[in-house]
Amino acid sequence: MCLAVPGQILSIAGDDPLMRVGRIRFGGIIKEVSLACVPEAEVGDYVLVHVGFAISKLDEEEAQRVLAYLRNTDELAELEGETL
Amino acid sequence: MKFVDEYRDADAARRWAERLARLTTRPWTLMEVCGGQTHAILKFGIDELLPKEINLIHGPGCPVCVTPIELIDRAIAIAARPEVIFCSFGDMLRVPGSRCDLLSVKASGGDVRMVYSPLDALRLARDNPDRQVVFFAVGFETTAPATALAVHQAAQQGVANFSLLVSHVLVPPAMETILASPENRVQGFLAAGHVCAVMGYREYEPIARRYRIPIVVTGFEPLDILQGIYLCVRQLEEGRAEVENQYTRVVGLDGNRYAQAIFREVFHVAPRHWRGMGEIPQSGLALNERYAAFDAERRFPRDEERGQELPECIAGLILQGVRKPYDCPIFGTVCTPDHPCGAPMVSSEGACAAYYRYRRLSCEGARAPSPG
Repeated sequence: MCLAVPGQILSIAGDDPLMRVGRIRFGGIIKEVSLACVPEAEVGDYVLVHVGFAISKLDEEEAQRVLAYLRNTDELAELEGETL
Repeated sequence: MKFVDEYRDADAARRWAERLARLTTRPWTLMEVCGGQTHAILKFGIDELLPKEINLIHGPGCPVCVTPIELIDRAIAIAARPEVIFCSFGDMLRVPGSRCDLLSVKASGGDVRMVYSPLDALRLARDNPDRQVVFFAVGFETTAPATALAVHQAAQQGVANFSLLVSHVLVPPAMETILASPENRVQGFLAAGHVCAVMGYREYEPIARRYRIPIVVTGFEPLDILQGIYLCVRQLEEGRAEVENQYTRVVGLDGNRYAQAIFREVFHVAPRHWRGMGEIPQSGLALNERYAAFDAERRFPRDEERGQELPECIAGLILQGVRKPYDCPIFGTVCTPDHPCGAPMVSSEGACAAYYRYRRLSCEGARAPSPG
């Protein structure tokens, strides 16, 4: 039910902030999604979409930082005890 | 898909499991709150990677599962009316009421439709001005802003033939109910990442303090879940009880203030009955008075029938994390996804459906011996 899928904004339409709609690409699928609650999101950004509605803009820098940490086993021992 | 595939790296997952095994010195029981996390745990076999000291129990985070049977019966009565187009998310249509489910209403001629979004239901209302379009609004804080936006747009555009049967519920009060129960075994929570994307996680701080319990906001991919478990166990091993955020690429401390604003414009907090858990104060949402015209409960006359649960089904205990699906006498025999007796067997987030799909064969051996 709380399933949300990340997708990339291809284009944005609508002037009224609550009617703002984006064309979002999820892998090979493109869907129209309400951008009413992510006014800061721009074309090219990734948003997290739930029931046709973007609930959050993904923080790409943070994602890269955490992913590097999650994958980097060589440094894991050194990082033990360090808070993310 | 970006932001999904890279968090499914099997080698990294195994290394995290090893790291977790080195950290764990005694038994700990954690609850993942969200049903989406439950399915990911069983689908990717995360439970089988964990050290044997760590027991994961599955929380009530499946809105379809906790919608009370009385409201499902009410939905069925409204859906059977000839002037109504009744719509909801797919899972909701198969949840058994006292006598039947919404799909059987469709089979006997009712206009029942599956929609992807509340905004699709609003579009149906605009396209069918001579019909009453009713949306069965289920979901947690993640879903409520989308429902609120649909109602707000209906009001602005004067779409009078649109209404909602509201069954929105809130997660933190259910977590508190579990912690306050004398049967509680939960020592640490993985909080639902997408609920927190909307609401932030400040409201968990008093819960962590009051019950001395670690709460880790966690995502949905295998590496997210393993790291969430790791952070939670590390707190337990060190004797800390704090709120931590694993899902930083999506969740900020204050959540999404625009989503919260639209949700407060349309809804207020109200007491709500949870299937299997009873009434929980301040745990649901109801329409604000200025949107009362969109309330399907007021629009359609009420039928006084009382809901009746199947006596053998132990969905309530499963939703509270007290029992596992394989403890149920009818799991996988009388109750299957094709003939569900309880909501957790229906939903793509329900614990029974997850065990049936991913653990049916191993469950045969794990089944608890019958009493006596």
